[in-house]
Amino acid sequence: MSIDIKLCKDVWVFIEIKDKKIENTSLELLGVGKMLAADLKQKLCAVVLGKDVTQYTSLLFSFGADVVYNCEHELLETYTTDAFTNVLDEIVKEKKPDIFLFGATNVGRDLAPRLAARLNTGLTADCTALSIDPESRLLQQTRPAFGGNIMATIINPTHRPQMATVRPGVMNKIDPKECYGIVENYPVKLPAENLRVQIKKIIKNISKNVNLVDADIIVSGGRGLGGPEGFELIQQLANALGGVVGASRAAVDSGWISNDHQVGQTGKTVKPMIYIACGISGAIQHQAGMTGSKCIIAINKNPDCSMMKIANYALCGDLYDIIPLMVKTIQEQNITK
Amino acid sequence: MDFELTKAQEQFRKTIRGFTENEIRPIAGAVDRYEATVDDNIKKLAALHINGIAIPVEEGGAGGDHVCYAIACEEVAKACTSTATLVSAKLAGLLIEMLYYYGTPAQKEKYLQPFLQGELEGCFGLTEPEAGSDPGRLCTTAIKDGSNYIINGTKTFITGAPLADFAIVMASTNKSLGTKGITAFLVDCDTPGFSKGKPEQKMGQRGLPVGELIMKNVVVPETAIIGKEGMGFRLAMKSLDCGRLGIASVALGIAEGAYEAAVKYSKERVQFGAPICNNQAIQFMLTDMKMRIDAAQLLVYRAAVSKDKGSSSFPFEASMAKVYASEVAMFVTTKAVQIHGGYGYMNDYPVERMMRDAKLTEIYEGTSEIQRMVLARTILK
Amino acid sequence: MKLIVCIKQVPDTTEVKLDPKTGTLIRDGVPSIINPDDRAALEVALKMKDANLGTTVTVICMGPKQADAAVREALAMGADSAIIVSDRAFAGSDTWATANVISSAIQKIMDYDLVFCGRQAIDGDTAQVGPQIAERLNIPQVTYARSVKVLGDSRYEVCRELDDEQQIVEVTGPALITVVHGLEPIRYPDFRRIFQAYSGVFEVLNWSQEELKIDANKIGLKSSPTNVKCTFPPELRKSGIRLEGTNEEMVKQLFDNMLGEHILKRRA
Repeated sequence: MSIDIKLCKDVWVFIEIKDKKIENTSLELLGVGKMLAADLKQKLCAVVLGKDVTQYTSLLFSFGADVVYNCEHELLETYTTDAFTNVLDEIVKEKKPDIFLFGATNVGRDLAPRLAARLNTGLTADCTALSIDPESRLLQQTRPAFGGNIMATIINPTHRPQMATVRPGVMNKIDPKECYGIVENYPVKLPAENLRVQIKKIIKNISKNVNLVDADIIVSGGRGLGGPEGFELIQQLANALGGVVGASRAAVDSGWISNDHQVGQTGKTVKPMIYIACGISGAIQHQAGMTGSKCIIAINKNPDCSMMKIANYALCGDLYDIIPLMVKTIQEQNITK
Repeated sequence: MDFELTKAQEQFRKTIRGFTENEIRPIAGAVDRYEATVDDNIKKLAALHINGIAIPVEEGGAGGDHVCYAIACEEVAKACTSTATLVSAKLAGLLIEMLYYYGTPAQKEKYLQPFLQGELEGCFGLTEPEAGSDPGRLCTTAIKDGSNYIINGTKTFITGAPLADFAIVMASTNKSLGTKGITAFLVDCDTPGFSKGKPEQKMGQRGLPVGELIMKNVVVPETAIIGKEGMGFRLAMKSLDCGRLGIASVALGIAEGAYEAAVKYSKERVQFGAPICNNQAIQFMLTDMKMRIDAAQLLVYRAAVSKDKGSSSFPFEASMAKVYASEVAMFVTTKAVQIHGGYGYMNDYPVERMMRDAKLTEIYEGTSEIQRMVLARTILK
Repeated sequence: MKLIVCIKQVPDTTEVKLDPKTGTLIRDGVPSIINPDDRAALEVALKMKDANLGTTVTVICMGPKQADAAVREALAMGADSAIIVSDRAFAGSDTWATANVISSAIQKIMDYDLVFCGRQAIDGDTAQVGPQIAERLNIPQVTYARSVKVLGDSRYEVCRELDDEQQIVEVTGPALITVVHGLEPIRYPDFRRIFQAYSGVFEVLNWSQEELKIDANKIGLKSSPTNVKCTFPPELRKSGIRLEGTNEEMVKQLFDNMLGEHILKRRA
C-alpha cells in the first residue's frame, strides 16, 4: 500500500537524541531541510521520539523547524529498530510528509531502510547534496557511488515520502535565532512485546575518542608509511600542532591503526582547517572524505599521485625525513594553530 | 591451443596471491635479514589443505593439478623465495613423488600423510661433499646386516634438513654397480647415530633452512627401503623432474616480483624533473625484462600442463623451463637492481634480496649446466 | 541450525578509476570480489558452523551469471550449498526491489534460523538491503554486528559495533543480522575446497523469476521507486603549490607560506 502523492506535503527531519542531546547531524538536516521547504513553499517539521522530549522543542525551533512532532514514550528512551519503525510508520501514514530526511548515522541507517520498506517507498543513502528540481518539484538526492568514483543524482518520482539519509558533517546548520512554531504531541501506543531485540549492555568506547569530525588539524597516514610504526611519527606531528591522527583505508586494512581513524568514503568525512596527508596517494575514496579541508598538505614520494595534485602544498620526498623536520620547525619557532 | 586458466585455477591463484600479500610479503625482508624460519606460514598453508596439490583428496592431497603447483610457487616467490622453495617441496616434487608413486601403503601412512597434513617435516638427501652433480661418487653406504641395513655417511646442502623429522637418504648398497647400486631409505631423524650439522649460512634464500645429515652406524629395517634395492637413483631421477617444475616456477616468481618492483620504482623515482621511466634506457630494460618473463611463463605452464596430461615430453620441458626461468630470474633481478640505482643495492628495497635469492635457482635441483647436458642428450637422441 | 548468508559480487572499488576525458568509470580489468562486509558475514556464520555440529550454511547471491565465481569462493571458504538468483528481469533493481527478490528466495528456502548480510556493499554503500529484507520477511534485524553467540532455544546474543559504543543485544530467531568487516580476521578459502567447488561436490542452484514466482511489479528497474537521474564525476580540487628544493627548504617554505596566510601563527 503506497501513499498518495497528491496528499503529501512538508519536509520532515528525524531528530536523533543521544545521551539527552540532539545529534549535530539532526541540526544540519534542519539546515538543509529549511532550504528545501522554502523552495517547495512547505513547512519544515522535526520529529522527535524519546523520553522527556519536550525539552528539545525550543532548540529545534531556533534551528529552523516550523513544526515539532513530539512522540513521548518510556520505550523510546533508547533507540530500537522495532519501536522507532512502528511509531514512525504510523505517524507518516497519518500525516503524509513529502520528504523525510535522516542522518546517515548508525541509527539512521538502521531505521530508514526498515521504515522505507514498510512504507514501500524509495530511500537514497548517504546523500551529500539535496535540492529541489524547480520543474518537477522532486527532491534531487546526490550521493557518491563506486567508492566515491562517481556522483549520482537519484530521484523518486512515484512513491512517497521521498526518503534520504544524509552524510554527517556535509550540510550546514543555520545560525540559531529565537523562534516559535507549532508543537504537536503525538500519542504513542507501544506494546513492549512488539520489541523483538533486547539491549543487554551498552559499553561506551573510551578508546574510540578519535574526534576527527570536529578536529581543526588532522595528520593522516597511508600505505606510504610502510608499517604501523609510521603512526608514531604521525602522532608526533599531530601532537606538535594540537591535531588528531587520521588514516587511509589502506592503512586501516593493513591493520596498522584502528578503523575509527579512517577518513574517506567508508570512514569519516572531515573538514579541518589543515589536512596533512602523509604517504597517502589520494584514492578517490579517500578524497571523498577530505576534500572539504581548507588547506591540504601532501607529503609523498610519488610526485604524480592524486593527493600531490589536489594539495595546496605538495612536498615530494621521504616522509620519514620530512616529518621530523616539520616537528623540529614547529617546536623551534613556537608555531601553533 | 588454449592459454586460459580454468576458473578453479583462477580462484586458486587469487587465493594464494591474497595469502602471500597478507601473510608472506610483510615478513619477507625480516626472514632474509634474520634468517628466520617461515614455519608459521607453512603450517597455516597446510591447514588450508594446499599440500600434495595434485594428489587426490582421498589420499590426503588437495585434489588439484600441477598448473596450480606452478602458480603457487610463482605467486609465493614474488614476495619471498625462502618460503616459495619450502612451499614447492610441500606441494609436489621429489619427496612427495618418491613416497606417493613408490612408497608402500605403510610408508605412505607413516610418512606421506603426516607430511601432507603438516605434522611431519621431511627432507631429501642425495648431495654429498664429494658427490653433487655426479651421484656415482656417492660415499654414503648401507650395509646389509640380517634384515637390517647399517648406514654411514654425510649428506650436505640438504634443503629442509634442520627442520626435518625424517629423511629420504640415498645410500650405496653396492658400490661396484655405481648409480645402479644406490638405494633410497626412509630414515627417522631420531634414530640413534643420526645427527644434523649446523644450518648453513647462505648468500640468498636465507630463510630456507639448509644443512647436513650425519649418519654413524644408523640401523634401519628393510622396510625402510623405497622401491627395491638398487632402484634408488632411477626413482629419484624420475621424481626430480617434478621438482624442477617447482624450481622453474619459483624462479619465474622471483623475476615477476623484481619486475613489478622495478616498474613501480621507475614511475616514482624522479630525476631531472621527470620519473625515470620516461627515459628510453629504462623503458628498454623493462621491455626486455617483461618479454623474458612472458617466455619463461609459457615454458613453465606448458611443462605443468604436460605433467598433468602425463605426457612423455614432460622431463624435457621441465628441464628447459628450469634453465630458462632461472636465467631469466638472474637477468631480471640484476636489471631491477640497476633500475633502482643506489637504492637497489641497499636492503631498504627488496630487489637486492631477490637478486641474491635468484642465484640459487640456477644451482639447486640440478645446475643449468647439468640441465643442458641432459637436454642435449634428448636432442641428439 | 540452518544459516543463510546473502553475498554480493562487487567490483573492487579501490581499483576503479575515472576516465579523465569522458568522466565515466573504467571498469575494464577491475577485479570482482565478494563484498567485504558480506565476507565478514559469511565468516560469522562459518564460525557458528564450526562450533555447532549439524549447522549448515547456504549462500544466496543475486547477480548476473558471473556471480558464479563469488559463490564458488564462498563454498571454498566453507559454505555447504549455494543459490544464484539471476534473471534479466532483476536488472536495475534498487534496494527496495533487490530486497523483494532476495526475501522471496529466502521464503522459498522456508526453513532457516538466521539470515546474515553484510552491512553494506562497496559499490553502492547504501546499507539498506539487509534491513529491507528483514522487513519483507517480518523478522527482527540486528545491524552492525561483530559476532554472534548461540544461547539456545533459538536465542542469540549479538555484539554490535557502533561508532562510539558497543552493544550486547539479545534476539530470538529467525532474525536477520548485518555484519561489519575489519573487526575479526576472516578465513581464506580452503585450497582443497576450491577444487571441490568447481567439480560439483557442493550443490549450486540457479533460481530465476520463474522459480521465485515473484510479481514483475516488484522487481527490476521499472518497478524501483528510486531512479538514477544522472551521474557525473566528483569535483576535484585544483592543484596548489609544488614546493621545491631540499627537505629543509621545502619545510621552511611550507611554514613561511602558512604563517603568511595566517593558517598557522607563532605562539605569543
